[in-house]
Amino acid sequence: MTSPDGSRTKDLTLGKDDLLHLYRQMVAIRKFEERAAEQYAHGKIGGFLHLYIGEEAIAVGAIDAMEDRDHVVTHYRDHGYAIALGTDPRRLMAELFGRSTGVAGGRGGSMHFADPEHNFWGGYAIVAGHLPIATGLALASQYLEQNYVVLCFFGDGATNNGAFHESLNFASLWKLPVLFICENNQYGMGTAVEYASAVREMAKKAIAYDIPAERIDGQDVLEVREAVKKALDHCRAGNGPFFLEALTYRFRGHSMADPEAYRTKEEVEEWRREDPILRFRGKLLAEGVATEDELNAIDSEVDAQMEEAVRFADESPVPDPSTLTDYVYTEPVAVR
Amino acid sequence: MATKLLIDAIRDTLFEEMRGDDRIIVLGEDVGKRGGVFRVTAGLIDEFGEERVIDTPLAESSIVGVAIGAALHGLLPVAEIQFFDFIHPAMDQIMNEAAKIRYRSGGDFDCPIVIRTPYGGGVHGALYHSQSLESAFTREPGLKVVAPVNPADAAGLLRSAIHDPDPVLFLEHKKAYRLIRDEVPENGHTVPIGKAKVVKEGSDVTIISYGMMLYESLAAANALEEKDGSSVEVIDLRTLRPLDKETILASVAKTGKVLIVHEANKVGGVGAEVAALIAEEAFPYLDGPIMRVAGPEVPAMPFSPPLEQAYLPNAEKIGAALEQLAAF
Ligand SMILES: Cc1ncc(C[n+]2csc(CCOP(=O)(O)OP(=O)(O)O)c2C)c(N)n1
Ligand SMILES: [Mg+2]
Repeated sequence: MTSPDGSRTKDLTLGKDDLLHLYRQMVAIRKFEERAAEQYAHGKIGGFLHLYIGEEAIAVGAIDAMEDRDHVVTHYRDHGYAIALGTDPRRLMAELFGRSTGVAGGRGGSMHFADPEHNFWGGYAIVAGHLPIATGLALASQYLEQNYVVLCFFGDGATNNGAFHESLNFASLWKLPVLFICENNQYGMGTAVEYASAVREMAKKAIAYDIPAERIDGQDVLEVREAVKKALDHCRAGNGPFFLEALTYRFRGHSMADPEAYRTKEEVEEWRREDPILRFRGKLLAEGVATEDELNAIDSEVDAQMEEAVRFADESPVPDPSTLTDYVYTEPVAVR
Repeated sequence: MATKLLIDAIRDTLFEEMRGDDRIIVLGEDVGKRGGVFRVTAGLIDEFGEERVIDTPLAESSIVGVAIGAALHGLLPVAEIQFFDFIHPAMDQIMNEAAKIRYRSGGDFDCPIVIRTPYGGGVHGALYHSQSLESAFTREPGLKVVAPVNPADAAGLLRSAIHDPDPVLFLEHKKAYRLIRDEVPENGHTVPIGKAKVVKEGSDVTIISYGMMLYESLAAANALEEKDGSSVEVIDLRTLRPLDKETILASVAKTGKVLIVHEANKVGGVGAEVAALIAEEAFPYLDGPIMRVAGPEVPAMPFSPPLEQAYLPNAEKIGAALEQLAAF
C-alpha cells in the first residue's frame, strides 16, 4: 500500500529500527483502540470510551522525542500516551474491562490511565484540570534541579478554560520546564473551534503569555518528533515553557455514543486521507526503508499482542468489593 | 394526560416555557447543535435559534457567571453544566456571587438563574461522571436546590425554578432520564419549590429519600410489607433546600421511626441535616434511632461494576436497615 501523501512526510533521517519502532507504536495504538471499540460493542467495556484513532502520530512522535526522566500528564483521551510510553497493553485493556489487574485496579477506567514507572501521571477527566498539575510538576523539576521536562497534552477545547490561562501565565512567569502540547482536532465534543474560541490558532494564546509557540502537522509523526525534540531542548536549557499546537482530527466520534451531527461525512473523509499511519507507511515504502512484507509482519505481531491483551483482560478477576474503601487515605481513617 | 420519560418532561417544559417568554435563554457546552450530551436540549436550537440556545466554550465558571450577569438585567437564563462533576470551576460564581448577590445588595438585585445538571451514578460513568455533590450546595443560604426524579415533578419544578427570582440548582439523575416514566399534566402545571411528596403512605416507619434511591426505597418498602405486613411510608424530598419541615415532621409524628436514604456520601450529606432537623424538632415522637443508608466514605464512584455496586445503596441494603429499625 502506498500513501497518497507520502511525499509530504518529513525527511527520513532516523535509522531503520527507529523508524519501524515509530510505525509499530502507531499501529499498536490504532489496534488497541479498535479492539477496545469492538469490546465495547460486545458489552465487555462500559461507561465512556474516547478513542485516539487518527491522532496517533502526536503521542508517538512526542513520546519518542522525550527522555526517560521526563514526565507526562494528559487529558482523558489517554490510551495512546500510555501505549507509546510502553505500559503493558494487557493492563490497559484490563482497566477498560474494570478488572483488578488494570493499571488502576479497575477503579479509574478509560479516562484515568496512569503508570508511575514511566512518569506518567495520568489522564484527567476534568478538562484543563491537569494543566496546573503539569505546571507544578515542572516547578518540582526546577526546585529539585532534576532537569526533567513535563509534557502536558490537552485538546483545543481546554484552551477556553480558565485553568489553561492560569497555567500558561504561571509557567511563563517562573520559566518552568513544561511543554504544552495542544492537540487541535478541530472540535471540543460537538463544538467546532470557531464556535468556541475567539482565536482560531491556539498557538496565539501562548504568545499572549510570551511563550514561544509553533503550529505543526499532527498527522506527521516525524514532524511531531522533531518539533518536540527542539521544544524539549528549549525547556531543558532553562528558557521556560514552550507551546506546540498539533493540527489533527479524531476519526471517530467524541466518545462511543456520538451521533456526529455536527460534522459532515465529507469532512471526515478528507481527514481520513491524512491518516498518520497510512502516510508514514507510504513514506517508508516509497523511500525503500521497508517492504510491504516487513510492515505487514509488524501489523500481525501487534494484532497478536492486542488479541492477547483482550484475552488477559477477559480472564482477569474483577476487584473484590471489600476493597471499595481502600486508598482513600494512606491508612484507613475513621472520620466519625 | 400524557405519559413521559423524565428526559422528555424536562425538554418539553423548556420548549413550552421558551415559547411563552423570550427572556428565557439556554446556555452551556454542546446544548445547541449537539442537543446536549444526554439530548435534554435537543431541538431547542432549531426552534429558538443560536441567540437563545447558546453553545458556550468549555468554561463552567463563565457559563454560570454570564448567566448571573444576564439575569441581573432581566433575562431568565437556564445554564447547563454538562455533568455535576464539572461544576467545581463554577462554584465560585455560584457560592460567592449568585447565592449572595441579593443579600449584599440589600435586596436590590434579583438573580433568577437556573443551573441544570445531571448527577448520580450507576451508569459506569466512573469517578468524574457519577458524583452526587448536592450537600456542597445545600449548605449555602441564598441558593435553592431541587432534585426531582418523577417526570411530573421535574416539569413542575423546572417551571417554578425558571420563574423564581432566586438562583436554583436543578439536579437531574442521569440514570433516571430514560428509566422513569409517568404521567405529566399539561397546561403549565407547577410544583412549588420546598415541598416534599408522600409517595407512599404508611404508619410504622418512614423512609425519606430522593433521586434514584427513591425507587430502591419503594422496592424495599414493598418487600418488607409483603414479608411481615409492616406499613412503610416513603417520602420524596424533591427539594433539598429549603427542606419541607412540615411534611417530614408530620410523618415522623405518625410513624416514630425514620430511615434516610441517599446515594451521596453519608457523612455531611443531605441526610445529616434531615436527621438533625428531626432530632431537634421531633424527638418526643421517636421510637428508635434515626438511621441512614447512603454512599460510603469514598471520594467518587469507582468504574468497575462490582465496586460501583458495592458503592451504591440498593433495596437489599435498605431492607436490612428497615428490619433493624423495626426491632425498636
Ligand atoms: C471541566 C469539564 N467540562 C466539561 C467536560 C466534558 N467534556 C469532556 S471532553 C470535552 C471536550 C474537550 O475537547 P478538547 O479539549 O478539544 O479535547 P478532545 O476531546 O477534542 O480531545 C468536554 C466538553 C469535562 N470533562 N470537564
Ligand atoms: Mg478537540
